[in-house]
Amino acid sequence: MSKKKEDVRFGKFGTVSFTKTTRVNDFIDHLENGNIMYTHCSNCGADFFPPRADCAGCLSSEMAWREVSGTGKLVSYSQLKYAPVGFDADLPYSIALLDYGNYQVFGRLDSDLDLDEVKIGMPMTTVVNELPNGQLNYIFKKA
Amino acid sequence: MGKAAIIGVGQSMFVRKYPGSIRELAFEGFKEAITDAGITAREIDASVLCSAPEYDKQRSPSAVVAEYLGLNPQPTFYVESLCSSSSTGLKLAYSMVASGLHDVVAVIGLQKMSEITSAESQERMGRGADIQWESPFGTMMPAYYAMHAQAHMDKYGTTLADLAAVRVKAATYGQINDRAVFRKPVTADMFTDPENMMSGPVSTPLRVGDCCANADGASCLIVANAEMARSLSKQPVWILGVGAASASVNLTGRDRLYGLKAAAQAARQAYAMAGVGPKDIDVAEVHDCFTIAELLAYEALGFAEPGGAKELIQSKETYKEGSIPVNVDGGLLSKGHPIGATGGSQVRTIVLQLRGEAGEMQVKDPQIGLVHNIGGVGIYGNVTILGNA
Repeated sequence: MSKKKEDVRFGKFGTVSFTKTTRVNDFIDHLENGNIMYTHCSNCGADFFPPRADCAGCLSSEMAWREVSGTGKLVSYSQLKYAPVGFDADLPYSIALLDYGNYQVFGRLDSDLDLDEVKIGMPMTTVVNELPNGQLNYIFKKA
Repeated sequence: MGKAAIIGVGQSMFVRKYPGSIRELAFEGFKEAITDAGITAREIDASVLCSAPEYDKQRSPSAVVAEYLGLNPQPTFYVESLCSSSSTGLKLAYSMVASGLHDVVAVIGLQKMSEITSAESQERMGRGADIQWESPFGTMMPAYYAMHAQAHMDKYGTTLADLAAVRVKAATYGQINDRAVFRKPVTADMFTDPENMMSGPVSTPLRVGDCCANADGASCLIVANAEMARSLSKQPVWILGVGAASASVNLTGRDRLYGLKAAAQAARQAYAMAGVGPKDIDVAEVHDCFTIAELLAYEALGFAEPGGAKELIQSKETYKEGSIPVNVDGGLLSKGHPIGATGGSQVRTIVLQLRGEAGEMQVKDPQIGLVHNIGGVGIYGNVTILGNA
């Protein structure tokens, strides 16, 4: 009898992933294909980023994947000079929040950006990024 | 609902490295609190232990602490809301005695952070946020608060000098608090001197001087119902209002980063329950884990209008002699921040103030005091209002 293989795709998310299993593991397949996706509740129409498997508003678990596209506005950011355990090799890096209107995205700024050019409110895009250790995340680039 | 009062307060020294175990650390705050209340462990009919997990190895720490403090066979349990764990414990103790289920409850807060390194501690704290969607980016508490500072500076014109002014005030009082970790003077010049440790960058725009230090410490509050408070204590300090609210963990669920909504909601609840407003507060303790956090607190609590926090610190109105003294014990910035013990320590300061026993830190004749204690980056907002009558 073959044992069903555990779905641990989410272990590929970020420099260090702290959980490997989620019912939105398809997010990783989309990342591998170059797309950052959010979930849309097929029942009530609510949009969720980060993606959710279940809608707390209408209790439906019928979700459709939709792509994070276009530009979001930079809400805020900070460049870290110290890192928590496991992230030293990434220093310095900046975490940030983008507002897309009906959802927001939390991630990192493109490390090639000159911080003097970064201004709150500026439009940015979200793109998939492969980390040196082979893991995947996404970063914000100047639109 | 019956009223409840605090009849005893205790706190250990807050230190960088406590040379003992967590049960021994708990004993230090507990002994002082029951001595202060003039009672014995037998008169305590339940205990609540408050700490954040994963700093030490003990699972279910309420059990070993209750055993060590002589609190068996009374019920004991464990609550946590990160940095506001002991404010949550106090709200619970209030409910326990006000409901009539218990008469006298001990709220014991503690944290021994020195069992792990500072970088490990940042990782633990970072995991107090969303481990699925945020932590993989390498988040830590200073960086989250730094994003709030950046947003506040952008929206309201708050400056790095305003942030430094909060630390200068904290150090003014840290020097006269013998329980504080950091007791040296701090000047604004240190923040502009690249050679000075205070100016070292941590997470832009926050510098070393903008951040509180990890510490080991314990606190203890003895909470009694109205009848027991009157019979056991000459000067009970009454719990007039308890407010608590929560917010989305992931920053993507927040509608603003220039303020903490859960704190403002908790404040509204506490003011309404106590039947008072910001102008009635004579002395306050606010959660200044970072300098920006104190400025956010001024606005959440209504001590300043939105955007007005910078003028409040610039005018020195939050100094001991000002219209609304805040953190005149040095705050977390000077005392250190032993996560689970912090809320209890803040409450202790206000109780001592209201009893007129705050020594050199005493403000003039306060009647109503307030404690603002935040868990995580505004995930848990807690506001407690205490009074002499």
